[in-house]
Amino acid sequence: MINIENISKSYDGVLALDNISLNVKPGELFGILGPDGAGKTTLIRILATLIKADSGTGTLAGLDLVKDYRKIRTIVGYMPGRFSLYQDLTVRENLEFFANVFGTTIQQSYDLIRDIYVQIEPFNERRAGALSGGMKQKLALCCAMIHLPKVLLLDEPGTGVDPVSRKEFWDMLKHLRSTGITIFVSTANMDEAEKCDRVVLLQKGKLLASGTPSEITAAYPHPLYAVRANDMYRLINDLRTLDQAAGCYAFGEYAHLSMLSDNLNTKDIQHFLERKGHEDVEVLPTTANIEDCFIELM
Amino acid sequence: MRTVFFLVQKEFLQIFRNKVMLPLLLVMPVFQTVLLSFAANYEIKNLSLAVVDNDHSPTSMALIHKFTASGYFRLEDNYPSIRSADDALAADKVDLTLEIPPQMERNMVREGSSKVSLTANAINAVKAGLAVGYANNILRDFNLEQAPKFAKAGVAMPALIDVSYSNWYNPKLDYKTFMVPGILGEIVSLIICFLTALAIVREREMGTIEQINVTPVKKWQFIVGKLLPFWLLSLVMMAVGLTVGWLVFRIPMEGSLGLVFLYTMFFTPGMLGIGFLISNFSETQQQAMFTAWFFLIIFILMCGLFTPVDSMPQWAQYLNMLNPVKYFVAFMRLVLLKGAGFAEIKWNFLSVVTIAVVANTLAVWTYRKRVA
Repeated sequence: MINIENISKSYDGVLALDNISLNVKPGELFGILGPDGAGKTTLIRILATLIKADSGTGTLAGLDLVKDYRKIRTIVGYMPGRFSLYQDLTVRENLEFFANVFGTTIQQSYDLIRDIYVQIEPFNERRAGALSGGMKQKLALCCAMIHLPKVLLLDEPGTGVDPVSRKEFWDMLKHLRSTGITIFVSTANMDEAEKCDRVVLLQKGKLLASGTPSEITAAYPHPLYAVRANDMYRLINDLRTLDQAAGCYAFGEYAHLSMLSDNLNTKDIQHFLERKGHEDVEVLPTTANIEDCFIELM
Repeated sequence: MRTVFFLVQKEFLQIFRNKVMLPLLLVMPVFQTVLLSFAANYEIKNLSLAVVDNDHSPTSMALIHKFTASGYFRLEDNYPSIRSADDALAADKVDLTLEIPPQMERNMVREGSSKVSLTANAINAVKAGLAVGYANNILRDFNLEQAPKFAKAGVAMPALIDVSYSNWYNPKLDYKTFMVPGILGEIVSLIICFLTALAIVREREMGTIEQINVTPVKKWQFIVGKLLPFWLLSLVMMAVGLTVGWLVFRIPMEGSLGLVFLYTMFFTPGMLGIGFLISNFSETQQQAMFTAWFFLIIFILMCGLFTPVDSMPQWAQYLNMLNPVKYFVAFMRLVLLKGAGFAEIKWNFLSVVTIAVVANTLAVWTYRKRVA
């Protein structure tokens, strides 16, 4: 559905995208994961035909990103990272306006947006600027889908929204995917990436890895342990001094310790820590998540 | 065209919803015409006058009476000496001192002439100039009245030219008749230019342009959708302003109102174009505001509303040929006061159309460069 090859883009000499190629299949929920400044927004804006790449080519639904930009705009729904609807217009006025400029009506698109629209319909007469973050996002999604697009481009939809709304939003995306829409979504949130069919990891404009979340985590090269003790700060510092330690980072109530080899087992690590005076030590073997992979690849 | 219609509809929704914009469009023309016409008045009355009468003769009394009866001067006080009068002038208590020398009457009888001395407070040069001007007129009239009394028997009166005058197009020299049509022209230009610049930049500042850009809305549709509403509003403002001018000030409407509206239709695109041009150099409404203000303050101060264009230095007059507001103000006065028809305002009209074409061409060109 989306096919880009060797796309590069720089702003004033700073490389934002470095030779990116990727391929999104029809009906996929495709995630692009990376920290702030990785180039996610630039990539989405190129796909939305808002900016041109310096080099490289790309097609969307078989249409050239540069030559056929007008046609692409009729089949793409784009939701910018920042709320970009008219804050002084009401929910209904925003929807009607975007339906009108696409030459359609709310009724014609009702089936597709119904599940989301019913949640904001009670606020039809409220101005968009007065909606909560989660509501704004639902409205933005409705507006992006008002013309029944084949591809949805969502730029960090999880930002600025509370965890409950974010989970709801991802449930909506999963539901939308089941209607056959291809969804291309960027996020800086590791746990959101695991909800995608496939993800690419992006860092400083470069692709670090791509594949399904399980493929990416399965490719993690080191034995990994979750470790806990009563003084986490000292624990992490001590673990980093451990012979053969590849890295150690805090993950919620555990620290993830990756080892260069499996010479040491959980017991050895536990003894090492107890000798250092740690109490309530717990060491468990664990499997890597996306974030572990990201840190490893960085 | 359907798309343009929806864009215009959306723009009007936003304009009418804006708490500031609608009052600005309707109240500001009314408020400014009323306020400026009544308050910003060059005719200065009630100048305070200090008199030092060293003569105390019937003639000096008559002269003082002539000053106070003119309506321009209010007698602040009689001062015993010129020094105390000068102190009052320095303390800004009085605007003008009139010193009458001792034995003025006697000198007039004996020698046929005498002198008086005027001192004006020129901190405000305009006021001082007017005060001395009024005083000279009064003194001249006084001379004419008194001369026969003191003419020596057998000496012929010098021949005098008696001037009678009339003021065409504004017989009573009514300041409001002169100001209101000009203010209307100024106000419409100013507001339309401001609002256009702000409306375009707001889309950029709020990020909504990002969402519009991924719709099939074309660039020209977006721009026309922005300019058209303000073009229509300029005609509404004109109608409101003329109605107020007629109801409150009874301004003359010698010329054709049809011509006024036709001219406005061709004039406003120039101001829209300037607003559009300014928006292309601004990222935020604040920037647009300051840039617009820079140009508009020059346009307004040089438009002939407050100082006559003809008395500006030659280079300023050349520069002023680029000032669209100047043409509008001149047009309004010509048509409303003088009853000029199209033939008389032909060059004015062509200049305005030229400015509109140039401003919009520049605006479209910079806009394309910007979005490319």
